Amino acid sequence: MATRLLKKTSFRYALNATAAAGLYIVLMALIDAKVLNRYQALMLIPIGFNIILAVSLNLSAGFLGQLPLGHAGFMSVGAYAAALFSMAVNLPTNVELPLALVVGGLTAAVFGVVIGLPALRLRGDYLAIITLGFGEIIRVIILNLKFTGGAYGLKGIGRQTTVTWVYISVLVTLFVISTLIKSRHGRAILSIREDEIAAEASGIPTTYYKVLAFTVSAGFAGVAGGLYAHYLSILDPSSFGFMRSAEILVIVVLGGLGSLFGSVAAATVLTILPELLRGFAEYRMVIYSLLLVVVMIFKPSGLCGRYEFSLGDALDKFSMLMRGRLPQKQAPAKGK
Amino acid sequence: MNPVTPILDVSNLGINFGGLQALDDFNIQVQNREIVGLIGPNGAGKTTVFNLLTNVYQPSRGGIRLTGENTLGKSTHEITQHGIARTFQNIRLFKSLSVVDNVRIALHNSMTYSLLEGCLRLPSYWKQEAAATELSRKLLAVFDMEDMADAPAQSLPYGAQRRLEIARALATNPKVLLLDEPAAGMNPSETAELMRTIHDVRDKFDVAIILIEHDMSLVMGICERILVLNYGLIIAQGTPDEIRNNPLVIEAYLGQQRGE
Repeated sequence: MATRLLKKTSFRYALNATAAAGLYIVLMALIDAKVLNRYQALMLIPIGFNIILAVSLNLSAGFLGQLPLGHAGFMSVGAYAAALFSMAVNLPTNVELPLALVVGGLTAAVFGVVIGLPALRLRGDYLAIITLGFGEIIRVIILNLKFTGGAYGLKGIGRQTTVTWVYISVLVTLFVISTLIKSRHGRAILSIREDEIAAEASGIPTTYYKVLAFTVSAGFAGVAGGLYAHYLSILDPSSFGFMRSAEILVIVVLGGLGSLFGSVAAATVLTILPELLRGFAEYRMVIYSLLLVVVMIFKPSGLCGRYEFSLGDALDKFSMLMRGRLPQKQAPAKGK
Repeated sequence: MNPVTPILDVSNLGINFGGLQALDDFNIQVQNREIVGLIGPNGAGKTTVFNLLTNVYQPSRGGIRLTGENTLGKSTHEITQHGIARTFQNIRLFKSLSVVDNVRIALHNSMTYSLLEGCLRLPSYWKQEAAATELSRKLLAVFDMEDMADAPAQSLPYGAQRRLEIARALATNPKVLLLDEPAAGMNPSETAELMRTIHDVRDKFDVAIILIEHDMSLVMGICERILVLNYGLIIAQGTPDEIRNNPLVIEAYLGQQRGE
């Protein structure tokens, strides 16, 4: 049974890898052929880091079931750490950027542990308020520190973020978080969302897994921050305020708490939408907000609920559909 | 060592909630494969005993030894790993997860692969996951639930949810199983079925069972020994027959007869 499972999964790995590579080639070809203009090509980068932010927030909000409101705080820690690192060293771009992203991610993860340990003793509204406070504290500290450039912002960060690096980061994030969720560690995280008392009684060290999920979530927010810093080449503390945390949360809730696919889809749509609505000028935010209200009224669990898209499953279904139809079509032919 | 060393040895256990003595001077020795009943009127402190044994509440006094080892001060999940598993009065399943996942979560500590091995899906991940899945399906088969394995736990009928809770508790490989009102909400035929299940569980899994129950047919039918609690104190203990005729027990349940 195990070998069959392995065979099936390795086929699915190959399938997913091919699809990921295929999508990348298509995107690159579209950019090269100027089907996507320079502006549209640049839009792919915010889509990418919004996906990372949403997917990582979903780990703690959707899978762990604890709602933090300070995701932008971890993003800013990662952004500044990554930027300061790449400004301090002088390496080839394709070495420097990934290293900077790792530095940003790790720094944010350390902050995740430090904040998570005390904050996760509380739940629900209380946790939301604590993390909200943390986000603001980080922002104010950055605003007043010398080496972060204070209110002037941090200038002169290399513009190193490319579509390729964003794409790789998104893939890594999705891979790590989805395999994490399907391991025993991920099931432990899910069990806490479902019933913390029963989880503890089933032998799950709940505090450890809460802090773990929170930390991984913070770490990937830091990676997204690093991409953001090297995309804008200037960092300004005011761009990591509460509104950004709220924006990420909106993406996650709209896509579906507990659906990675939903987060990816919602991050893509909600990043493009405001740009598409530019034509409506002052009504832009009204339309955007109305859309959120409508979705929450008609589909309160988010667009995807807890649905996960799997290429392998879709293919299985498709082939079953084909097999189901073929004999029906052949049957009359035999009769003749 | 003494051959009759109890698997669970509780001495002088007690807890106060503010000024209220919820439980005092609670002593019990449970042997391996014994089925012990814990009964008493509402509010007598029965569930409190379970919460103390699993350290959901910290006892104010007394000691708990599981196979000779002190479990006081250990956290709930450590006690579960040591061998005390429980079910809950109001069913607590991982509702939106599948039945097999409910059991696999309880198998968490039987697997050892690390976070990195899990995320990178190294061979240890595949081996241990396959073993855990097989074991959980076997466990579900004991409870006639193998065909429900992939359904979400909340979609199960009530009786099946109770059985799943027991299956999940057994997945932690306990030495002592605590059942909190397993027959609550069941009709007589379901209760009779449950009695057979509890017997089976004891025989197949080699566990001692302590159960809280209000259904006297079940308690009298399967318990080898019964403890009666009232106002946080043990007022009687003995075989079902002794308990049935004990005037103190009758008084606790029905009140004193007037004029006597």
